[in-house]
Amino acid sequence: MQKSRKYRYIAAFIFLGIGTLIFWALNICIGSVSITLPEILGTLTGQGNNEAVERILWDIRLPRTLAVTILGGALALAGYLLQTFFHNPIAGPFVLGISSGAKMVVALVMVFLMGRSIRVTSADMIIAAFVGAMLSMGFVLLLSRRVKGMSMLVVSGVMIGYICSAITELVVTFADDADIVNLHNWSQGSFSGMTWDNVKVMAVVVTVTFIAVFLLSKPLFAYQLGEVYAQNMGINIRLLRLFLVILSSILSACIVAFAGPISFVGIATPHLVKKLLGTVKPILMIPGCFLGGSVFCLFCDLLARTILAPTELSISTVTAIFGAPVVLWVMAKHKKERAV
Amino acid sequence: MKYYFKTEQMSVGYQGKPLIQKIEIGLNKGEILTLIGPNGAGKSTILKSIAKQLKLIGGAVYLDKKEMAQMSGTELSQRMAVVFTEKLKTELMTCEDVVATGRYPYTGHFGILSKEDDTVIEEAMELVHVTEIRNQDFTKISDGQRQRVMLAKAICQEPEIIILDEPTSSLDVKYKLEFLSLLQELRIRKGLTVIMSIHELELAERVSDRILCVNGEYVERFGKPEDIFQAGYIKSLFGIETGSFDEENGSMELEPPKGNADIFVIAGGGSGRSTYRKLQRERKVFVTGIIYENDLDFPTARALATEVIIVRAFEPVDKGILEQAKKAIDSCSKVICCREQFGSLEIANKELLEYARQSGKAVEIAE
Repeated sequence: MQKSRKYRYIAAFIFLGIGTLIFWALNICIGSVSITLPEILGTLTGQGNNEAVERILWDIRLPRTLAVTILGGALALAGYLLQTFFHNPIAGPFVLGISSGAKMVVALVMVFLMGRSIRVTSADMIIAAFVGAMLSMGFVLLLSRRVKGMSMLVVSGVMIGYICSAITELVVTFADDADIVNLHNWSQGSFSGMTWDNVKVMAVVVTVTFIAVFLLSKPLFAYQLGEVYAQNMGINIRLLRLFLVILSSILSACIVAFAGPISFVGIATPHLVKKLLGTVKPILMIPGCFLGGSVFCLFCDLLARTILAPTELSISTVTAIFGAPVVLWVMAKHKKERAV
Repeated sequence: MKYYFKTEQMSVGYQGKPLIQKIEIGLNKGEILTLIGPNGAGKSTILKSIAKQLKLIGGAVYLDKKEMAQMSGTELSQRMAVVFTEKLKTELMTCEDVVATGRYPYTGHFGILSKEDDTVIEEAMELVHVTEIRNQDFTKISDGQRQRVMLAKAICQEPEIIILDEPTSSLDVKYKLEFLSLLQELRIRKGLTVIMSIHELELAERVSDRILCVNGEYVERFGKPEDIFQAGYIKSLFGIETGSFDEENGSMELEPPKGNADIFVIAGGGSGRSTYRKLQRERKVFVTGIIYENDLDFPTARALATEVIIVRAFEPVDKGILEQAKKAIDSCSKVICCREQFGSLEIANKELLEYARQSGKAVEIAE
């Protein structure tokens, strides 16, 4: 029994790893200009001779692919943390309104700073998004004390999301013409226009957060069993909850700052990964969710770019098509289990 | 301080409002304390406060001379295990996984189990007989099995003291007895101290070294079972209005029918109990006698008959009592005799049966 489980875990991680590699290759190769694998290798090893290919690869495809990998993973991880925190299988940064809160504050800051012709840095964006995420999270936490049941919490989150989105729309409408295009694209959620600078910043933020989350895997496991028993296992529940709130907000903020709000990855991926691994142990779920989120987003971004090329779909359109059915399946399963 | 576990002026409650105040408990190592009392009296509140799940409103709790408020989470988790009525939330976890979570306070930073941990887990599962269901999903087993798995988990924690909230409520009689025997075994083998709440009074009386009666703002009684189970006390503790509880024997009877008795039951030696209960079910009022005070029939007779004609233990039946019984038969139209034959010291009852026949009463011999 124990042995077969171990093999399953190994197989699952190999599967996710290979998936990531395959989608890396596909995301880099496919596009308005097709690039072959030998060309990629040539460019990477510095022996390329095609200037145009090199530019596309180096300035567009590579940073974008890496950004999708990092942010996709972060998104799934944020979803997993929120689901654990609320003991709620349909929680996620998007449905709880955390992404929208982050979006709102980022939009406000951007319009304010751009209006004064001040350059907005990645760090500004992340901090603004973090403030917004914490703001929404604060509301959700207040509401979670009053509303009982998992669906009510999600409905509250969706409402918070609507309010934040409405305010964002209002801000965008009154912004200068030049800003609108930029803001509009971003507020719909998109991985386009990633630069190496962006990738560097997100890599640092997400790596540090990931390590912090991974170090919490033991108390998280206890927390999953319910607070009564976690407390008896020596866990400082308040501190752990505080960490969870902060870490999931940082992750959500990082995603929103660079790619805008992206729906369904955060809710759906943890369930798919759980199914794949056959366990909920955080020590496996944390890296598993990260990889799963990466693969899921790489796949969705590929479709978003290519289906209606040269027009690019908003990423949330694609993630919703594949993510929403998973959420419905989870809800149906839950109802059934409760009825038994 | 001579006690191993002690509470000093402990007040418990919610949100700063005391529910039960000034609780004084003292236990030696390896003793079993049971909390009894009506629903909603605050047994769980006391247990949760002792386990530091709820903040004390006042006073202090000491374990092995150390105030529990000063203990770190890890120290507490290595010394105290709890099984509460809250369900353990699990997903995709086998029973073995659940038992293994008991090792949590002893594992390293990433919670990887060592060989020694595996041995402890194995032993704990053996001890409570859950080895056969080790690979089953924890959410898909019965309540009784779940309770035993939870106990195995608690044992895995290798605690010095264990807090159990209604541990026996979902167990059938076999596992109830087994569960309590197991607690006794653990206290002897490992010096485990037990604090639990229990609804089965007869079991509480048998297993406990100390009993705490929870009712109202203050603890009503704290002491040895024999001091607690005194005639009439349980009725007042629980506010029993219909039926009765017999403290001496730990048995309950339903509410007796009221009115004028029309049936006289001749019984003794435990032969009458089933007839008494049958009459109670049929709502028939009856008188019974002549019964010795130490007879097996006596507790049931006292609970169900409108009148019991009694003789003091180890004394002969005197004329007065016999006359009293005959008078009672006179006022009834029917006599039920539960005795197939009378022993040489039951001449009085034999005489009663003959008297009933002579005076033309409908006589029925109970099977």
